[in-house]
Amino acid sequence: MKVQRWTRTSRLFTGGTLVAAILLAGVPLVFESDVVQKLTTLLILVLLAVMWNALAGYGGLLSVGQQAFIGIGAYGTVFFAAQGVSPYVAMLLATLLAGAISVPISLFALRLRAAQFAIGMWVIAEVISIVVRLDQNLGAGTGISLIQLNQYEPNFRQAYTFWLALAFTVIFLAALFFLLRSPLGASLQAIRDDEDAARSLGVRVAARKRLLFVLAAFGCGAAGVLVVANTLFIEPSSVFSVQWSAYMIFMVLVGGLGTFEGPILGAILLFAIQTTFTQGGPWYLVGLGATAALFALVLPRGLWGTVEERLGLRLLPVGYRVVEAKRDEAAA
Amino acid sequence: MTVVNAVLQGVFLGAFYAVLACGLSIMFGVMRIINLAHGDVAVLGAYIIYVIVERTGLSAFAAFAVALPVMVVLGYILQLTVLERSLKSGILTPLLATFGLSIVIQNLLQLAFSPDVRSLGGSAGSVTTASWQVTSGLSVSALGLLVLVVAVVLFAALQLFLSRTRAGWVMRATAEDPDAAELVGIDSRSVYARATAIAVAIAGLGGLFLGIRSVFDPVSGPTQLIFAFEAVVIGGMGSLWGTLLGGISLGVAQTVGAQIHPQFAVMAGHLLFLAVLIVRFGGARLVPQGARRALSSFRTA
Repeated sequence: MKVQRWTRTSRLFTGGTLVAAILLAGVPLVFESDVVQKLTTLLILVLLAVMWNALAGYGGLLSVGQQAFIGIGAYGTVFFAAQGVSPYVAMLLATLLAGAISVPISLFALRLRAAQFAIGMWVIAEVISIVVRLDQNLGAGTGISLIQLNQYEPNFRQAYTFWLALAFTVIFLAALFFLLRSPLGASLQAIRDDEDAARSLGVRVAARKRLLFVLAAFGCGAAGVLVVANTLFIEPSSVFSVQWSAYMIFMVLVGGLGTFEGPILGAILLFAIQTTFTQGGPWYLVGLGATAALFALVLPRGLWGTVEERLGLRLLPVGYRVVEAKRDEAAA
Repeated sequence: MTVVNAVLQGVFLGAFYAVLACGLSIMFGVMRIINLAHGDVAVLGAYIIYVIVERTGLSAFAAFAVALPVMVVLGYILQLTVLERSLKSGILTPLLATFGLSIVIQNLLQLAFSPDVRSLGGSAGSVTTASWQVTSGLSVSALGLLVLVVAVVLFAALQLFLSRTRAGWVMRATAEDPDAAELVGIDSRSVYARATAIAVAIAGLGGLFLGIRSVFDPVSGPTQLIFAFEAVVIGGMGSLWGTLLGGISLGVAQTVGAQIHPQFAVMAGHLLFLAVLIVRFGGARLVPQGARRALSSFRTA
């Protein structure tokens, strides 16, 4: 018997992921700007899915209000840029703002459980959305453009936004990856598996959940920043829309709740669906909702969770596995 | 006087929220789950009534009577296809499944009825326009009074059902401890199905009032769900009369908030909801002892 984390496959895959991230950085140099814009959208989806999964999959916190932080990131960027700072500095400040606001929110939101947390977060998002609507300087209900980005030539702007998206995605994924692999991460995965048991073994559940909550707020804030950088125009009804939560739930449920790789897979699937059915429309959303509900009921571990279970496959290992001596020798 | 009038209108509005919240409260009380599609089920009810009115020319109230059995059947189907399965697998699954269902209902309504707004006001007769002017600044609308009376009768009837009938006892026993109830021969599955059927039927009543009071469209559901849930939480989760009081508190907060600024109406309701949550669960140290005691005694009332 032996406990191991890495296998040959997971070493190869993790290395491959790193190489892929480096190769992706070259995309704006090679491809047209519409491809770059689409890939930016994909990175935003990956970031959102991974962050929602950090909250729900590991913290057991189902939020339908993460659009609060997406909106703060987006509107924060517009706000700071209007104060005269460079738009890219404004984006970093807005990301920090989303993370900072989540700390006081967490003080009480984390005391709520299940539906109260889910809808409580939704109401918080609504409150922030109303505050934005009341502010004429933020365009009130009609929306506002990030005009400061117009000073950059479109192709360069698109490339900068893409690199920022790539940097954010890599940073947040890496942060979660190393967090989950640290001793802290073992306690997070214990909470995921059985909160009460973890607590009885001395895991500081509340502090761990706060960590995930703030991380997810940072990540969603970063995604909001990217949304405004990618589209240049935002309005409260879309950026604070509960539709974001619907997308996040779809990606994570289909990919695999509580797995590291699953949400990335889910984001790629949603992106593929969105590019195939460009017009979106009601049927597409009916399909999305029905699929999410079906996965929740029939395949709660999602596509990746099922693959992982059946094949014992872990490509980006955040846990450990027990290997029997014979197989160990064979593997060696 | 405007404040008194605002409070009165708030009570009427709140009675409507209480009707919306009633089904949510029942399902939470019996099964400990929150149906995130509850608002959409109410809107679906409004559309069913709308179709009956369009096809037959009945009044909205008569059409509701026709729609009622349809809603009951829908409730059974909801229980058997979605909820029963989700009950077995953890606390997150019912939320995820009903959230998915919510998106499905909204977009199917979108496909069937287009995004245009509809209303049942035209087919509800003179009740929508009649009102009594009590004093210069105070008026009582017939519709507001009707909703309030219906709400009180509804909650009283449910109270009687739960405390005086055998089916009510069985429901309470199952809510208290489903395993023990099974031991004495109660089929919790059928109790749950009955509770959901009742909840969906009452959501249909909420849909009727929604359509008569104002307008609705395929995506009206989430807002109704938020208001209904706020009413349930403000009143204390699991308490039936609390839900009525919670709905009325929410309505009053909204109409009084609207006096400060029209756009502040919904905000005031949200803030009341968050304040109640903070007092009950959150940084209780932040709130003075007296206010906390007053609020918690209100909850148990």
